Amino acid sequence: MSKYYVNKFLYTVDRDPRWVARYKEDPARALADWEKDVGIWLNDVEKTSWVSFTDEERQALINQDYVWLFENGAHFFLSLTLFVAVFEEDYTREHGPLSFQREFARKLDHWLGKDYPSVAL
Amino acid sequence: MAELTAVLASTHHPFYLKATTAPPEERIPQADEWKRKVEAYRETLTAAEPDILVMVGADHFHQFFLDNYPTFMIGKQNKYDATFYNEEREFGIPKYVLEGDVAFSNFMHQGLLDRGFDFSFSHELKIDHSIICPIITVRPDADLPVVPIYTNIFAPPLPSPKRFWDLGRAIRQVIDEYPTDKNIAAIGTGHLSLELGGPRQFGEHGPDPEFDRQAIEWLSTGNIDAILENVTHESMSGAGNATHGFMDLILMMGIAGPENADYVDQLDLYHTREMFMTWYPNKNGRQAAAAEQSAAVSGGTAGPVTAKVGVTA
Repeated sequence: MSKYYVNKFLYTVDRDPRWVARYKEDPARALADWEKDVGIWLNDVEKTSWVSFTDEERQALINQDYVWLFENGAHFFLSLTLFVAVFEEDYTREHGPLSFQREFARKLDHWLGKDYPSVAL
Repeated sequence: MAELTAVLASTHHPFYLKATTAPPEERIPQADEWKRKVEAYRETLTAAEPDILVMVGADHFHQFFLDNYPTFMIGKQNKYDATFYNEEREFGIPKYVLEGDVAFSNFMHQGLLDRGFDFSFSHELKIDHSIICPIITVRPDADLPVVPIYTNIFAPPLPSPKRFWDLGRAIRQVIDEYPTDKNIAAIGTGHLSLELGGPRQFGEHGPDPEFDRQAIEWLSTGNIDAILENVTHESMSGAGNATHGFMDLILMMGIAGPENADYVDQLDLYHTREMFMTWYPNKNGRQAAAAEQSAAVSGGTAGPVTAKVGVTA
C-alpha cells in the first residue's frame, strides 16, 4: 500500500483541469501517462526513484473506485473533490443537485457507526 | 499599542456565494435566511472598525501537500493571490488579490517564535477558501490588509486541542503588544461537526447536531475547561471525519480568552450547521448596539447560548 502515492495522484490530478479532463475521458490511459509524466516528478530537474502503486491501487484508480479508496485510507477530501469533478456534472443533469455526493455517501453506509480507516500515512 | 476590537469565529461554507447568488428558482430554501444572517454577522465586524485583519484558516491541499505540510504557518507578503482553480470549479468562488502587512506579519512571526511556536512561513502563499469565505461573508470589499495564519486540521498527526488554545492565547499576546494605533480584528474559520468523503456527508443536517449544540455553548461561554475535558481527536472523528476544523474555532476562542461571546448565531443547513460568533474584547457602545441590532435581524443572541436551542446562557 502506498497511500502517499495514491494521494499524490488525487492531488495533482484535481488541481489541473487538463488532468481532470483526461482522467474523466480515459482513466486507464490517464493513469499510465500520469505515472510516466507526473508521479515521479519532484521538480523540473529532480525525480523520486522509489514511488509506485500496488496493482490494487492502480486498479482502484482506473475504476474510479472511491469506496475502495475510502476503505484503504486515501484522504477523504482529495477523493471527494476529484470524484465530484469527474462525476457531478453528469449526475446533476440526470438526477439533480448533490445526487452524486449523496450516492457517494450511500455506497459507504456500511461504515456508519464504525471507526473509519485512518487517513494517516 | 494595538487594540484588538473584535474576534470572529465562524464556520466556512464554500457554497454560500453560489447558494445566495443563484437565480431564485435554483436557490435552496434557506438561501434568503442564510444571506440575512451573514449580513447581520457582517455588521458585528463593521462595528469594530478594523484596520488590519489577522486571519486564521487551513489549506485544504491547495498549495500544501503531504510532501511538505506545515503544522502552523504564517504568510509574510505585501499581497496575496487567492482562490485556486479547483475552488472556482467546485464552489464558484472568484479570485481575489488581498493586501498584506509585512511589518505585522514579521512582528507576529517573531512574537510566536518567542513564545515557543516555531512557525513555518511563506513568502509565496496563495490563500484558499478557508480565508476567502470569511472575506466574502464579513468583508466583501476585501479592502483591508491581512496577516494570514494557517494550521493543520487536515493531515494527521494533528496538534492537540490544547495546543490550538495555547496558540490562540499567544496570538492574543502578540496582538496586544504590537506598537500601532490601528484597530485589529481577528477572524478565523473552521467547522462544527463535518463529514467529507464519508457516509455521513451531505445529509439533511450536519453529521452530529448534538456535538454542534454543545460546541456552540462551550465556545460562546468561553468554557475551555469543558472543551479540554471532552474534545479529543477521537471524539471529533466520532462527530464526523472532518470535524477537526473545530480546533481552529478553539484557537479563535483562545484569542478572545475564556470569556462570554458578545454575538452568537447559527443556521441548521444541509451537510453542516453554520455558526457565527463575535467577541468584543473592549466592548464599546457602538459594538454593543451592533450586536443587539444584528441579533434582532438574524434571530441570534447578543450573548452566549446554552446547548438547549434558543436559550440564553
